[in-house]
Amino acid sequence: MPDLNKMTIAEARDALARGDVSSVELTEACLAEIEGAAALNAFVHNTPQIALEQARAADARIAAGEAAAMTGIPIGIKDLFCTQGVPSQAGSAILEGFRPEYESTVSQNLKDAGAVMLGKLNMDEFAMGSSNETSVYGDAVNPWKVDDRRLTPGGSSGGSAAAVAADLCLAATGTDTGGSIRQPAAFTGITGLKPTYGRCSRWGIVAFASSLDQAGPMTKTVRDAAIMFGAMAGHDPKDSTSADLPVPDFEAMLSGDIRGKKIGIPGEYRMEGMPQEIEKLWSDGAVMLRDAGAEIVDISLPHTKYALPAYYVIAPAEASSNLARYDGVRFGHRAKLAQGDGITEMYEKTRAEGFGPEVQRRVMIGTYVLSAGFYDAYYNRARKVRALIKKDFDDVFAAGVDAILTPATPSAAFGLGEMTDADPVQMYLNDVFTVTVNLAGLPGIAVPTGLDKSGLPLGLQLIGRPWQEGDLLNTAQVLEQAAGFVSKPDKWW
Amino acid sequence: MSIDTQTARRVAKLARIKVEDEALPALAEEFSAILGFIEQLNEVDVEGVEPMTSVTPMRLKRREDVVTDGDQQEKILANAPDAREGFFAVPKVVE
Repeated sequence: MPDLNKMTIAEARDALARGDVSSVELTEACLAEIEGAAALNAFVHNTPQIALEQARAADARIAAGEAAAMTGIPIGIKDLFCTQGVPSQAGSAILEGFRPEYESTVSQNLKDAGAVMLGKLNMDEFAMGSSNETSVYGDAVNPWKVDDRRLTPGGSSGGSAAAVAADLCLAATGTDTGGSIRQPAAFTGITGLKPTYGRCSRWGIVAFASSLDQAGPMTKTVRDAAIMFGAMAGHDPKDSTSADLPVPDFEAMLSGDIRGKKIGIPGEYRMEGMPQEIEKLWSDGAVMLRDAGAEIVDISLPHTKYALPAYYVIAPAEASSNLARYDGVRFGHRAKLAQGDGITEMYEKTRAEGFGPEVQRRVMIGTYVLSAGFYDAYYNRARKVRALIKKDFDDVFAAGVDAILTPATPSAAFGLGEMTDADPVQMYLNDVFTVTVNLAGLPGIAVPTGLDKSGLPLGLQLIGRPWQEGDLLNTAQVLEQAAGFVSKPDKWW
Repeated sequence: MSIDTQTARRVAKLARIKVEDEALPALAEEFSAILGFIEQLNEVDVEGVEPMTSVTPMRLKRREDVVTDGDQQEKILANAPDAREGFFAVPKVVE
């Protein structure tokens, strides 16, 4: 048996079922690893007591023959999910001390399936960032290292990615508004699935951009993603945008057979100045799928170029509205007021102290594009472009394409601090391959398929038809197995 | 489009975020860079395109118009920075 913390969900589940291991043992192994991994700054609120209690309950449940999909599996939860009685700060100072009185639907679903919560995971503040450098907790650090530099695990789900890649937990939850599951997964050599918009309830997840946000699993394998996703998904009356559709057994859909599937290669994703190794990774991936019996076809998604600018209108616009609730009245931080300060000063000082620079920037951009006189020119135009981006995908799927293969990121992980002096737009370019998927509400998955010349992981992205995550996961698993990516970071922390 | 410090000040005010005067020029510059990037959208022909309202063609669910929640004053106030006598407390609003 491998080290317990290094197990996949599937391995642990089977070992638990056989009685070879207990959930308490698995949980203790993970807690010990977390204890020794402070240098990664992945876990920011540890909940060992809750974890051990849940592990004992899981062991009893397994003994009683009532195990569900995730029973006894120790996982980490992104700080964006509200967890009852446990700090849930969305990586922000403005939610310091906030302990929700309720549990997010997704984390509740995982709890109900028997999962064990080890703690909360680091992330970019309010999920706004691609490097985990905007977090109030400080940078999360990528367990992958090839020289003296500390590398970013990506963002915004950087803590989740680092924790899974470093085997601090068996899997973690993430959320993805423009690439926040897939980009960090690619940077750390793990699997990350962003489901179809509406598949997982957003209730109790701190909102960034409500029309784009979606929760998903971050795991060591595609099979694990299928298992965990099944436990997270489902209709929720508390989220009016959650889809009332049955959740299939995604794991059972991993047939390994993709013969006859049509895989599209979008020409527009061949960006100018794309590193040669990314290009090679991509064409190698296409060959792997072809060798497995899929048909590879060139496709066109003509509005791709406009996805990022449309995103940087729509996401800040929604954020400016969603983040209006942080006013120092109902929860979180309130600034100390000077003599004579009224309620407006309270709002302004609270938000200036509580929000970091990137969040302030996006809230203000959002405020601007929604303000009188600019609403049509920016916001409505962006929503029209969004409709065209979605139509690009609709057309391709209508032409019989089953999935689309693209790179997950334009590069491997970069060094923490290296982008500090770049203008914000440079950082935004990290999401160039992923953001279209959120705008079109589609499922997308990042799978590690290779290493760059320095030895850092690189991933490919597969984009699927709406609600066809089972099919997408099946194709992803074929790619995963053909690529045979088994590299792990050497432990230095 | 270039944003001047006056506009940056107005946006900060609308967003209820206090920005010191000396920080305004840098902020205006950042806004200009981001808006310059966004400006690419003007190249797209959007004639006759409806702005997207919902990414999945889904009818919003309806439910009975009845009270389903309530009676949890204590829980609602539990995280307030200043709660008194069952209320949220704020600085004086009306002179």
